[in-house]
Amino acid sequence: MPRIGDAPGMDALKAWFVREVLPLEAVLIQYLSRGGRSKSDVEDLRQDLYMRVCLAAQQELPRATRPFVFKIARNLLIDRVRHEQVVPIDQAENLEDLNIAIDEPTPDRTVIARQELRRLQRILDKLPERFRNAIVMRKVEGLSVREISERTGAAEKTVEKHLTEGMRALAEELYRDTAETGRST
Amino acid sequence: MTGLEQTSPSSADETDARAAAFLYKQHDVGTWSDDDQAELDGWLNESFANRTAYWRLEAAWERANRLNALRPMARQLRAAKPEKTGGLPIKIAAAAVLITAVGASIWKFPARESTGSYATPIGAHERITLADGTRIELNTNSELRLEKNARNRVVRLVRGEAFFEVRHDAARPFIVLAQGHRVVDLGTKFVVREQQGGIRVSVLEGSARLEAGEAGTSAKAAVLKPGDVALATEGSIRIEKEHIDTLQTQLGWQRGVLVFHHATLAEVASEYNRYNDRRIVIADPEVAKLTISATLPTNDVDGFARMAQNFLGLHVKNGTDRVVITH
Repeated sequence: MPRIGDAPGMDALKAWFVREVLPLEAVLIQYLSRGGRSKSDVEDLRQDLYMRVCLAAQQELPRATRPFVFKIARNLLIDRVRHEQVVPIDQAENLEDLNIAIDEPTPDRTVIARQELRRLQRILDKLPERFRNAIVMRKVEGLSVREISERTGAAEKTVEKHLTEGMRALAEELYRDTAETGRST
Repeated sequence: MTGLEQTSPSSADETDARAAAFLYKQHDVGTWSDDDQAELDGWLNESFANRTAYWRLEAAWERANRLNALRPMARQLRAAKPEKTGGLPIKIAAAAVLITAVGASIWKFPARESTGSYATPIGAHERITLADGTRIELNTNSELRLEKNARNRVVRLVRGEAFFEVRHDAARPFIVLAQGHRVVDLGTKFVVREQQGGIRVSVLEGSARLEAGEAGTSAKAAVLKPGDVALATEGSIRIEKEHIDTLQTQLGWQRGVLVFHHATLAEVASEYNRYNDRRIVIADPEVAKLTISATLPTNDVDGFARMAQNFLGLHVKNGTDRVVITH
């Protein structure tokens, strides 16, 4: 673990991103969704936000991740608004009071395994059946792609589609799950 | 990487799809070559947009590996969505924790003459067949005495729990004495269990008359029908109804298993501790409230500990005389 003040290596940056930034995703998405953006717009904003966050953190890991990330998110929205040349009234105003959302209790990072398993199962339940079945066969039963294909009679290409799209859906549910940020042990 | 780049050239959708494709090939296909790695490295180095997309999905995909703990219930998970029951521990366990391996050290005794006394140590159980064909099964840590009585057949449950399948004989009633109470068979299968402050009588078939307090000294008596679970304390009887199936499953100990249905871990531990010298201690009130449904061997404390660890993600500390379970 690098000291604060040092430029982190890529591994340290990744560890920080996974540990501290990703758990904020549910709140960040709420924040980025304001102003009635479409889902794909919001996802693009998320992508740009993460990119900016890592670019900034590359120089030095922040002492406090939450304000650091939200400051960048805020600047991103301001840039975007400027860029769009359209300033929705509520948005300009909300940018100020949105800080309220930032002060939610910090998620407890020592999420115990039981909660994690519970969450994963709940999330699995939410996924469309074709994704869920593929993920269960792969992650729960440990079947290979070929075995899944043999068992279900689906082409390997189809299994690939279900697993990659299932992976993305799982990530989305996992990071958007309100229990991820709202809950503490 | 330019380091100045502020907007990703690709949409998030494209980036995520690409990242997922890399991860799929790397983690799921099993044919990851040096060329693949070089291609991935090149792509990651293009921008932090790619890198964070990859990190984000990779972390989720790796977290999903934990699902492996649910392996025994894979079939249920794949099947149509399970009904929503609210709390998950129930759901995990209801489907999952069916461990049917039965501990090997069940004590078995041949039929004996209907005299004398029988006692089981902790973890054992014993079948007794009386000369009249009546079948008795003594559960863990229990003691039963056959009392000499010319007119009636009388047994005394000194402690613990016993199941009775009585060969009915109206001329010679079969009587169980326990903690000052009497249970008189009227052609029946029933279980008598000593409990704090009294006894618990469950009737599975036929009927039995329960008389609270020593014979003749108390007016409290009740005739119990199948499904009745009576709690007799000094001079009083409280009767509850149970499903026969439930009572049947409570006889799992005859097969060496404990069957739990939405039982709290506190209850599970307390049941286990009847059967084992090595005690299970749930050292956390929150953990004690978790509920499970499971069929577990009566004398496999290690199996219970593994279940707590693997299925419920709890912390298990093994000692020689106890297993302490916490968050």
